[in-house]
Amino acid sequence: MTLELAFGALALGLVLGLLGAAGKLSPHAWVRAPVTGLLNLLRGVPEFLILLIVYFGASAWLGDDLAPGPFGAGVFALGIVFGAYSSETFRGGFLAVPPGQIEAARAFGLGPRQTFFLVRLPQAWRFALPGIGNLWQGLVKDTSLVSVVGLEEILRKANIAAEVTKHPFPFYLAAMVLYLAIVTLSNPAFAWLERRAARGVRR
Amino acid sequence: MSFLSDLWDLVSENQVAFERGIWLTLQLLLLSAVIAFVLAVPLALMRVSRSRGLSRFAYAYTYLFRGTPVLTQLFLIYYGLSQFDAVRHSVLWPILRDPFPCALIALSLNMAAYVAEVLRGGIEGVPAGEKEAGLAAGLNPFQLYRLVILPRAIRIALPALSNEMIVQMKSTALVSTITLLDLTGVARRIEARTYSTDALFVAGIIYVILTWAIGRGFRLAEWRLNRHLAR
Repeated sequence: MTLELAFGALALGLVLGLLGAAGKLSPHAWVRAPVTGLLNLLRGVPEFLILLIVYFGASAWLGDDLAPGPFGAGVFALGIVFGAYSSETFRGGFLAVPPGQIEAARAFGLGPRQTFFLVRLPQAWRFALPGIGNLWQGLVKDTSLVSVVGLEEILRKANIAAEVTKHPFPFYLAAMVLYLAIVTLSNPAFAWLERRAARGVRR
Repeated sequence: MSFLSDLWDLVSENQVAFERGIWLTLQLLLLSAVIAFVLAVPLALMRVSRSRGLSRFAYAYTYLFRGTPVLTQLFLIYYGLSQFDAVRHSVLWPILRDPFPCALIALSLNMAAYVAEVLRGGIEGVPAGEKEAGLAAGLNPFQLYRLVILPRAIRIALPALSNEMIVQMKSTALVSTITLLDLTGVARRIEARTYSTDALFVAGIIYVILTWAIGRGFRLAEWRLNRHLAR
């Protein structure tokens, strides 16, 4: 459940992050200013509070029948948090693509769309990956917050087991070990992704 | 505009509660930051020390605290420790029974791990020439650290410390899960009473203002501490 939540939020967050980066890099000030302002606001509010606002706000505005429940609220809340932070990482990635490469792509006769998908995006991805890896670790740890609104992920299970057995210590410790394992196992995965993204780089 | 005036009414009706919440959040933030910093300096020194054992210990500490959610650390200390009779009968029980000290301990230990890593980066960023100059001036290793390396490392690490401070403020929002009425706790309580998320929005706005103020304060400190540097 923890992993489903994390991957769901990751997918949503990456899409939002790219859109956010596009907004922040927009040549039009009327796009750039509100996007930058909104994302800065989001980064100034605790993730936990955003989750509570999404969870309780959804049932207040959509009614209890349409409300997404803890899982949907968790994915949405963690996704927008991830999006707000990764937009900054992606922005840095796009800015780090040397302008010469974009000019070279033009000279080869690539259109703006081809330039974006064949040159700018893969290069920006390579520059952004280390930052995305850090954000992913934060995201995995933040999934524990969703236990507070009742989603039965790792920490909620530990809570229940602690209440039933009256022995909270080993269960919370076990939960911590599981988070540590997920975070530790993600490191080689990101190292592989980084090697893959850099396979075209001369050394 | 009626949404804004609703929020304003909510604030004026619950002004005392919000003020107490902000005060508790600030107390947790400042106290935990001070304790974390005091713990982080020796941890960072152990991490860069030539002794294998010390360096490994500091590495393990930061790895454990940075790899697990703060919320689990909070629960382990507040709910977990009370399981043991040895803890309940010890002199520490009056402290560990109370949510505030538990929150403070969990937040401080957690932040210490992050600050130690930031300081390590700062210590490694001190130019070698400045250390040699210190040794050449006849400082012993202790003086060298106290007078040259640490003051310089803190200046180098200041922007990263500002980020840690903001992250820490956001972590304090979690203490509402162990019954403390910090800013988030107050907002949750009003939310439960009024069946409306307005109070949570108010808390969000206050957090944004606090974030802005912390960033501002650190930029000012950076400017003051670094003004002797030629640019």
